[in-house]
Amino acid sequence: MLRRRWVGASSSTSPKATSHAVAAIASYRKARNRLPGLAVPKSTTPTTKLPLTFPGQLAQSTVRGYATQKQATAYIHGKEPYDVEKVRHDFPILKRIINGKPLAYLDSAATTQKPRDVIDELTRFYNEYNANVHRGVYKISEEATAAYEEARAKIARLINASSPSEIIFVRGTTEAINLVAQSWGRTNIGLGDGIILTEMEHHSNIVPWQLLAKERGAHLKYVGLTDDGHLIHDDFRLHLESGGIKLVTMTHVSNVLGTINPVREYVREAHKQGCPVLVDAAQSVPHIPVDVRDLDCDFLAFSGHKMCGPTGIGVLFAKKTQLEEMPPYHGGGEMIREVHLYESTWKDSPYKFEAGTTNIAGAIGLGKAVDYVSELGLRNIQGHERELTEYAHDRLGKVKGIRIYGPENPGTKAGVISFNLGDVHAHDMATLLDEDGIAVRSGHHCAQPLMERLGVSSTTRASVYVYNNEEEIDRLAESVKRAGRIFKI
Amino acid sequence: MSSIYSEIILDYYRYPRNKGSLPRAQIHARDTNPLCGDVVEMQLELDERNIVKDVKFNGQGCAISQASASMLTELVKGKTVDDVRKISKEDVLSLIGGQLTAVRLKCALLSLKVLKTGVYDYIGSTDATKEEPSIL
Ligand SMILES: Cc1ncc(COP(=O)(O)O)c(C=O)c1O
Repeated sequence: MLRRRWVGASSSTSPKATSHAVAAIASYRKARNRLPGLAVPKSTTPTTKLPLTFPGQLAQSTVRGYATQKQATAYIHGKEPYDVEKVRHDFPILKRIINGKPLAYLDSAATTQKPRDVIDELTRFYNEYNANVHRGVYKISEEATAAYEEARAKIARLINASSPSEIIFVRGTTEAINLVAQSWGRTNIGLGDGIILTEMEHHSNIVPWQLLAKERGAHLKYVGLTDDGHLIHDDFRLHLESGGIKLVTMTHVSNVLGTINPVREYVREAHKQGCPVLVDAAQSVPHIPVDVRDLDCDFLAFSGHKMCGPTGIGVLFAKKTQLEEMPPYHGGGEMIREVHLYESTWKDSPYKFEAGTTNIAGAIGLGKAVDYVSELGLRNIQGHERELTEYAHDRLGKVKGIRIYGPENPGTKAGVISFNLGDVHAHDMATLLDEDGIAVRSGHHCAQPLMERLGVSSTTRASVYVYNNEEEIDRLAESVKRAGRIFKI
Repeated sequence: MSSIYSEIILDYYRYPRNKGSLPRAQIHARDTNPLCGDVVEMQLELDERNIVKDVKFNGQGCAISQASASMLTELVKGKTVDDVRKISKEDVLSLIGGQLTAVRLKCALLSLKVLKTGVYDYIGSTDATKEEPSIL
């Protein structure tokens, strides 16, 4: 396997910095149109089939009259083009002024902002129909129960689960993974068994398995990464064939590099060995269309707060066949069928895994969030983010001394851009960007093994979502340049 | 908006004073800031009157943590251990100048925390009247 260098996406021969946003956008588009191959993966990148918003580049003549390719494509398909300025009006927080500048929120991989619809629904719940679910026989309890179960159904439709009973409400991705480790893991993993992970996992998809492995005497095997942030497929095959592997657990989209992993292929290979697969979809479900039946994964975890929903609510999807065999995770009210002094029986899933009073308002808010992103359309969201990511790579790539980590081709990755500038520490960079009203994340992004693989202690990470626009990317690029001037890079 | 990253901070970051180690240091402490991954190590060599004869720091991390550590070494040189004990966070912040957010305060004060831990360990080992280091 060829080990390639991490992308130092160019130390540049930057032309005179044009701070003028419009000129920058125009010149970027001109350059992109001149290079029709720009969005096509290089032969060196894995041949992941990405659901593209548009089938290849359109001819220049087709695009005429439209500012962007996406708008032209939308026109051809008879759809409204994605209107980011309209979307921005849905997010009250974007009106905030930080240090004298409008907030440019570029930390959506950590948590996203909330649209008015979601905020209003939470208020409406508490004002009008707050009650415990599945318990009261009175009107508002029935309303709350209906809204709670409707949210579950919406989520099932969003990810194409076979039934809402495969959707378990949890606190977030972290709890979903812990649930699988504790319930499924303690039942199915024993002495000498192996679990396959990857070097790009978030701590929440590492630590629960370490705890389990220690308790059961199992061992962890890691799939390594190429220098441009893709999984080394041969590593995976080798681990899988080494025998005794009981589970594969991997992230769908890297929260640091934006790499989109070919999960479908990995699931297929794992299943051939009779090995189930858990997918950490914290960074995929909010951003790209995800279909659990197409992926055929056994478990899938994601967080509501990363997709316009409230904090404290998330989802574990698990195949019905798995759920039936799994023991409860927490014991308590609501999950039982009958309780006797020395023994109890459980309800069927999902209730078997939802002990006690759950985050009812959160689930209802998440239901609204699912409505919101579904209305925008996940393909549109993906297309919008891809355009911004390409634009960001283009603008940032020209900054002298910058190093962008992960896949070289922004057209193949999600909207996460991790970088370092010269010897400027990521925290200093984030503080300098904050002075310009720009919110980014800095540090190890809960992925220390990945940082080690990259050979850095930290990176600065900008991540985009439905409400970000090119102007904000321009501000980011200008502010990074300013940091470069201050630090004399 | 004026930046916290003054010429002085950058100068100490790029050209740290008193960086290195002291094999014969009596006071030696190290700590990290788990949030940023900043690491600071402080070593103080004392003479027979408990005066700081030499001091070195080592570490890695952001400009604020490393520059403040370097500045702090200059402040303690020639002081008695008791005077070092009395250095306050205001003293350190005035060296840095500028307005820091709560999160970045931890970076700025990491070296002082390390220094105090070392000093209190030393006082504890030579003197029974050990006090707890003030919470930073
Ligand atoms: C890839 C990935 N997995 C898991 C998590 C953990 O999500 P949560 O903190 O919502 O449980 C995150 C979020 O930081 C993530 O990006």
